[in-house]
Amino acid sequence: MTKKFNIEVDCATCAAKVEDAIRSIPGVKSASVSFMTQKMSLEADEERFPSILKDCLKAARKIEPEFDIEF
Amino acid sequence: MSKKEKKRFRRILISAVLTAAALLVPDVPGWLGYVSVALYLAAYVVSGSDVLINAVRGIGSGSVFDENFLMSVATLGAIALGDLTEAVSVMLFYQIGELFQSLAVSRSRKNITALMDIRPDTAMIETESGMQEVDPESIPEGSEIIVRTGDKIPIDGVVTEGSGELNTAALTGESKPRYVVPGDEVISGCVNNGTMLRIRTTKSFGESTVSKILELVENSSFKKAKAEAFISRFAKYYTPAVCIAALILAVIPPLFTGSWSVWIHRALTFLVISCPCALLLSIPLAFFGSIGGASRSGILIKGGTDVESLASIRTAVMDKTGTLTEGSFRVSGVSPADGIAADHLVNAAAAAETYSTHPIANALREYAGTTADPSLITEASDIAGQGVRAVCGGSTILAGNSKLMKAENIAFVTESFSGTTVYVAENGQFLGSIRISDSLKPTAAETVGRLASSGVRCVMLTGDSENSAASTAAELGISEYRAGLLPADKVSFVESLISELNGKGTVAFVGDGNNDAPVLMRADVGIAMGALGSDAAIEAADIVLMDDDPSKICTAMEISRRCMRVVKENIVFALGIKALCLILGALGIAGMWPAIFADVGVMVISVINSARLLKKI
Repeated sequence: MTKKFNIEVDCATCAAKVEDAIRSIPGVKSASVSFMTQKMSLEADEERFPSILKDCLKAARKIEPEFDIEF
Repeated sequence: MSKKEKKRFRRILISAVLTAAALLVPDVPGWLGYVSVALYLAAYVVSGSDVLINAVRGIGSGSVFDENFLMSVATLGAIALGDLTEAVSVMLFYQIGELFQSLAVSRSRKNITALMDIRPDTAMIETESGMQEVDPESIPEGSEIIVRTGDKIPIDGVVTEGSGELNTAALTGESKPRYVVPGDEVISGCVNNGTMLRIRTTKSFGESTVSKILELVENSSFKKAKAEAFISRFAKYYTPAVCIAALILAVIPPLFTGSWSVWIHRALTFLVISCPCALLLSIPLAFFGSIGGASRSGILIKGGTDVESLASIRTAVMDKTGTLTEGSFRVSGVSPADGIAADHLVNAAAAAETYSTHPIANALREYAGTTADPSLITEASDIAGQGVRAVCGGSTILAGNSKLMKAENIAFVTESFSGTTVYVAENGQFLGSIRISDSLKPTAAETVGRLASSGVRCVMLTGDSENSAASTAAELGISEYRAGLLPADKVSFVESLISELNGKGTVAFVGDGNNDAPVLMRADVGIAMGALGSDAAIEAADIVLMDDDPSKICTAMEISRRCMRVVKENIVFALGIKALCLILGALGIAGMWPAIFADVGVMVISVINSARLLKKI
């Protein structure tokens, strides 16, 4: 299942790093973070989606504390 | 300015004032010296506190080599060497650059989103208490909405009341008006220039054309171009490499020369230069700006990868009917047999075709101008691949191709004509023939010429006969064509062209999107034309041209080539300046100032260069 989210990310470098970090989270099939549109697409298993999304936010905040995902 | 930007701006101002005050303090020994140091340090902390904090946090999270780290080491190093002015000004300029970058980007982003924002926010419905504006999301399929003069149609539907002109500019980039009357289908995003319309919706808001288009363009930034991926990968190796080089520069030469402070200073300059931000920012901006600019011209590009493949098209394969030609048939000549009136021939043909839905039947009926009284037609049947047979007013009329005439043993006169010839017979007697042809689109020949002159090989494909293909090709000036192809043949033909190019350049297929979905998917670049309202085409193609104008192919290629040029310019410019400053820095020719330019200046210039792409061609 692929879902799209509005996000808040401050710089292009951070977006690239966050994308990298999210892609390496177990359960994530594919992910793309767009600094330009402030959007993120995430493909992951449907049943585990909520917990994976939480992991993503955690990993992203480690890189950029102000990173945010609108649910 | 956003909240964060305002905060940054205030910090820059305070820090600048503190720095100016520190510069004004006379440089005399005694307590005044401490005042100046205190002012500098205050200015440094005000401007650089977030950089320092982020650097520490970066080390904590394992991603050491980021710009915060580089700036912190460079400025703290300068402080350690006793060069306070330098430390403060580097930090200050870095912050000014960051502020500028954030302003430039949020501005471009706003421009692009405004450009794409063709989605109406409200819809009007009639309730017992009068007209009411509601959220279009809440309107179910099949309800009635009202669109006032000057309003955008929010949801796809069918007109039930009112008529007038619709402006499709928001969707196609050109203000070609479309006249609608009750019973016509309308698509969302058009502006109503006529009287008030009542529309019965046939889709939900989310399924409507505007929502689909916006979703497509928004998603385009997820399909990252190769150039973008390259830059991200590059940054991963580049920053640590420069840091190691700086370390070597700081340690190795002084072991021989002994002048530690000179070499450490050079190493710090190195660090300031090394930020890769210019590329990380300007390249996605270039792609995004181009895609946004293209959507303003009625060209939807699905992603950065498609911009790249558009720019390198070497072969353009074009479908004939509906792409290069209008796809609507018209009677172009009538040849009655001896002793038969032309009117009689035309009316007989039109009567026979009364119940047929074939485009040729439409052309015949339109040409005849009159419709036969349906009650006169007692029998009508299609003969697949040959034509129709109908019994009208007691006489049997046959209308079809030469095969039909032969099968019915009718003595007829053959015509050699590039279009389609319909032979007509009544009660076994030959009445004559009617020639029907398709006309070229006004910009078709120009498009072929422009493509050829930019080095693109053009090939025309069609399911039509050799005869009609040859004449269309000659009119267009295309030397290569293939006739009599089935959809599967088109796929294998495009495949053979792709393997012929062997990875050098791409093959584009341009089609109308309705029957050509497989070949649109197979081609490197699938371009669907006149896709307004066609979901299948939007799904299958990489590039969607909203209107029927083939010259938009050239526009799309120009936009993408311009984008790739800007991307290359930015890569060469940013890396070139950085390499130059690194060398000059290592040799001690360039100090901190050129270093700041190499970082902030290059970034600003390349962002401005990318922002140019927003302009319409």
